[in-house]
Amino acid sequence: MEKTWNNKAWFMVLPVLVLVAFSAVIPLMTVVNYSVQDTFGNNEFFWAGTDWYVQVLTSDRFWDALTRNLIFSAIILAIEIPLGIIIALNMPKKGLGVPVCLVLMALPLLIPWNVVGTIWQVFGRVDIGLLGRTLEAIGINYNYVQNPVAAWVTLIVMDVWHWTSLVVLLCYAGLVSIPDAYYQAAKIDGASRWSVFRYIQLPKMKRVLLIAFLLRFMDSFMIYTEPFVVTGGGPGNSTTFLSIDLVKTAIGQFDLGPAAALSIIYFLIILLLSWIFYTVMTTSDAQG
Amino acid sequence: MARINLNHIRHAYGAKPKSENDYALKEVHHEWNDGGAYALLGPSGCGKTTLLNIISGLINPSEGEILFDGKDVTHLSTQERNIAQVFQFPVIYDTMTVYDNLAFPLRNRHVPEAEVDRRVKETIEMIGLGGWAKKTARGLTADQKQKISLGRGLVRNDVSAILFDEPLTVIDPEMKWVLRSQIKRLHKQFGFTMVYVTHDQTEALTFADKVVVMYDGQIVQIGTPAELFERPRHTFVGYFIGSPGMNVLPVKLDGNTATVGGEHVGLNFLPKVKAGAKTELGIRPEFVSLGREGMPVAITKVEDIGRHKIVRARFADQPISIIVDEDGEIPADPRVTFDPKAINIYADSWRVGEEA
Ligand SMILES: Nc1ncnc2c1ncn2[C@@H]1O[C@H](COP(=O)(O)OP(=O)(O)OP(=O)(O)O)[C@@H](O)[C@H]1O
Ligand SMILES: [Mg+2]
Repeated sequence: MEKTWNNKAWFMVLPVLVLVAFSAVIPLMTVVNYSVQDTFGNNEFFWAGTDWYVQVLTSDRFWDALTRNLIFSAIILAIEIPLGIIIALNMPKKGLGVPVCLVLMALPLLIPWNVVGTIWQVFGRVDIGLLGRTLEAIGINYNYVQNPVAAWVTLIVMDVWHWTSLVVLLCYAGLVSIPDAYYQAAKIDGASRWSVFRYIQLPKMKRVLLIAFLLRFMDSFMIYTEPFVVTGGGPGNSTTFLSIDLVKTAIGQFDLGPAAALSIIYFLIILLLSWIFYTVMTTSDAQG
Repeated sequence: MARINLNHIRHAYGAKPKSENDYALKEVHHEWNDGGAYALLGPSGCGKTTLLNIISGLINPSEGEILFDGKDVTHLSTQERNIAQVFQFPVIYDTMTVYDNLAFPLRNRHVPEAEVDRRVKETIEMIGLGGWAKKTARGLTADQKQKISLGRGLVRNDVSAILFDEPLTVIDPEMKWVLRSQIKRLHKQFGFTMVYVTHDQTEALTFADKVVVMYDGQIVQIGTPAELFERPRHTFVGYFIGSPGMNVLPVKLDGNTATVGGEHVGLNFLPKVKAGAKTELGIRPEFVSLGREGMPVAITKVEDIGRHKIVRARFADQPISIIVDEDGEIPADPRVTFDPKAINIYADSWRVGEEA
């Protein structure tokens, strides 16, 4: 068939382009614009070049927050991915248990983020919260308002409770696509439980795990609502992540320039790390 | 290497079978001789795979027991029964190399690595994947994958039995022939008991000492190819074995005379038939002779298939097939006679013997 070139076809993608422009490109460019200028109010702007970037990148505040972000993401990935796999492996494959489990799993995912935050905030309070009081009663020093470790534990437990289901559901989808014959052959071949996991289940889950990993990484790296609701970034700065810091800078102090520079840097870090993970994981896939 | 006894095995996939029809296997009671080569033949859905899975222990039968050399193994795992099974659809371990795929069942059983290497190399050559040992199994074609599946069974030649579930369906005809003779050779060399499921009756008849015909969840006949051909125990075996299958004509019996329509066929024995049974006469197309003598037929079609001709005709208003030699002539006023020795009588589809 002869291909006909018709430039009018470009009009077809115009609506999407306009949408993306308004929702992503224009805000992003505005931010870029702020990040290279300074203002003293009155809508007067001065060219500031890379000053804000230098300021952000040389501040301890930035590096501390970034470190917290990295540690937080590392911890929740290290918990949620294996835990999600283990739960998915133990979910029933047929029968009445399947819909029951799926609904139970989907439940946390359906709750809005700020509600999750509030639930845990109340749950963990030492004066009225069920968890907080119980822990206090058995003599554990748990007070997320004063104790940084308790604050971190609360955020991690919250995130695990909220998002492990996502990993579970993705893994489960991978697992149910394995035909019975594979398990039968493994039995005939005398494979151990571990071999079945290593050579049959894991390879089938690899793709979905990659997606789960990237989603959970990006999402946890951008964590905002939960610390904002529960700890407000404290005690001290102990749960001030980049996102919290960003909002403090932009809205709390109204330093639009540094805040814009910080967002751009933040955005680039996420992009870069996701790209690295993706590349590393897909190339190892191609070889393995 | 084991003699396998299936004692009154029945199996239903559903939890609470109510009627006979809920059973995928109705009742199987049979002994497989140590070192025997059996072909399992039957139409789709008759329970062949179910039977194999019960022997290998992948499923537990609802009723009955399985003995290996007289020892009850009904509740033993697949691993403990030491059985190899090759499945209908290829199963490979994607992330492993071809070599590791074949070594897998041996390594799981802690066979010394030198022995693993020797056996795997031998098997890889046998299945014709010599040059592929170091490749990952993922990118292979369907028939290469099936060869690996087959190889993982053949590499274990110290097993009690090897069960093959239509292992060669996706493999091209020439390679099929090679693999079939390799399997035969291994069987001779190592003497494992072998059960081989196939749809292909020539494969079954050339391959096995004994052919087991299944129909609707039951074993209807076990016999040598000659027995299946000459004395089908069930009309189904008559239809299923042979090409074309046996002619089965509804008849009325009176002593040793069978009446079809208005024609009388003399029998050389007195069949023992219960009153009220549906009676049929079976005669293979090879034993119907077409000539100027005998009972009249109306020819509808002649198919020339090379070595001989198949004549389709109507006899006493029933369709009948006749095999005629390549150079045999077809007379203008055709008549047929049946070879009395080749006549079988069936009551309610089962072959009946002689009145004592
Ligand atoms: N896992 C299962 N659950 C429920 N019913 C099943 C299951 N496996 C098989 N059956 C049923 O049991 C009967 C026998 O199936 P089986 O697979 O043993 O047949 P088969 O002779 O191997 O057929 P084919 O030649 O198509 O492989 C069929 O009616 C089938 O629908
Ligand atoms: Mg089958």
